[in-house]
Amino acid sequence: MVERDIDFKVFRYKQGGAAPAYQTFRVRCDENTTVLVALQDIRRDQDGTLIMRHSCHHASCGTCGMRINGREELGCVVKVFDLNTSTVVVEPMRNMPVISDLVVDMGPFYDRFNSAGMPLMRESEFLDEADVAEGLEAYMRCENCIECNLCVSACPIMGTDPTYLGPAALAAAWRVVEEPRGLDAKPLLDWVDSQNGCWRCHVAYECNEACPSGVFPGDKIMSLRRELTKRKFRRLFGR
Amino acid sequence: MDDIQPTTDPVRPKAPLRSWFDVRGRSMSTLAFALNRLTAVGLTIYLFLHLSVLSLLVRGPESWDSFVALAKHPLFLLLDVVLLFGVVYHMANGIRVALVGMGVGHARHKTLFYVLVGIALVLFVVGAVLIFTG
Ligand code: HEM
Ligand code: SF4
Ligand code: SF4
Ligand code: FES
Repeated sequence: MVERDIDFKVFRYKQGGAAPAYQTFRVRCDENTTVLVALQDIRRDQDGTLIMRHSCHHASCGTCGMRINGREELGCVVKVFDLNTSTVVVEPMRNMPVISDLVVDMGPFYDRFNSAGMPLMRESEFLDEADVAEGLEAYMRCENCIECNLCVSACPIMGTDPTYLGPAALAAAWRVVEEPRGLDAKPLLDWVDSQNGCWRCHVAYECNEACPSGVFPGDKIMSLRRELTKRKFRRLFGR
Repeated sequence: MDDIQPTTDPVRPKAPLRSWFDVRGRSMSTLAFALNRLTAVGLTIYLFLHLSVLSLLVRGPESWDSFVALAKHPLFLLLDVVLLFGVVYHMANGIRVALVGMGVGHARHKTLFYVLVGIALVLFVVGAVLIFTG
């Protein structure tokens, strides 16, 4: 097994402590070492105060979102050797308040999410009524969303205005509009039909690139807009 | 690191300019957006310049003629070429953003980008040649 020493340049910050700074740690990695595992090695062997979030280690829980060499990634599935750099820069996600080191406050994210009708997010993939219809290869569902916040970190517009609902919440809203299951979608459409809703987006599609879970939030935002545009036209012609 | 928020206050991000224009590691679509915003600002500045130059006409033929003489200088023509790029790019990408933003063709937004901006580049080259030869 090939082993190599890799430098990890890690963003460090503690509440009430000194100004944020980068700290570099050298870690022995092999071809199976993921960035998350390397960070855990640092925590175990070099600095017990390094804080990061994680749980599942297999891209399902969505807690290990971070920026690796400037890209939004789930640390648990990025192999260090695949990055092909001798120094790996690890930073917390953007557009969220940092609590400690690599941990951001996810509160604002979940708040936005809840108002999109959270209960509908993950049901159904295994329900009978979710059988894939004829002519379709698979349903693209927002149930895929693992609430990792990576899209919010990648979005250049979140940087303009933190009150923007952001890609994940808007994608969730579209899921409900697309398949209301008895819910009234109208209040939800009214909610996203605002300056800080789906019209804030500038079509940078960075959320699509960042999403590790096939949600394609950018496409969902455009679907919301199409629906709203249709409704506005209909109203214009009194129908 | 100034685009990270080392605070627990959900305050305004510290560097909106960076989040718009730092395109390192970003996709083509962010590049398209950043360039659109840059050309938009350029065009707006140009619009006001243009209006103030046109107001020379109020001051009689001499001041206008001296401006036209300046405008024929090759360096000035180069500025025209830059302006032309701004116009054709902003227009082509603007059409894409307007379409995609209404939910039209959003599944093929990258193809739309290459086709429309491709047409714009052809117009740009033709226009640039005409500026120097026409
Ligand atoms: C030639 C036809 C034009 C088209 C099709 C067009 C289209 C657009 C579109 C769709 C946007 C929104 C972009 C986004 O959401 O990110 C936009 C933004 C903008 N445009 Fe234009 N535009 C045109 C000409 C102009 C001109 C001549 C000016 C200035 C004199 C101008 C100034 C702006 C400004 C200031 C913005 C805001 C930029 C931003 O938010 O990033 N546009 N344009
Ligand atoms: S498509 Fe919209 S929501 Fe997605 S990254 Fe771009 S601006 Fe943000
Ligand atoms: S839409 Fe994708 S990137 Fe955004 S929170 Fe959900 S899984 Fe993460
Ligand atoms: S640890 Fe669960 S997604 Fe990475």
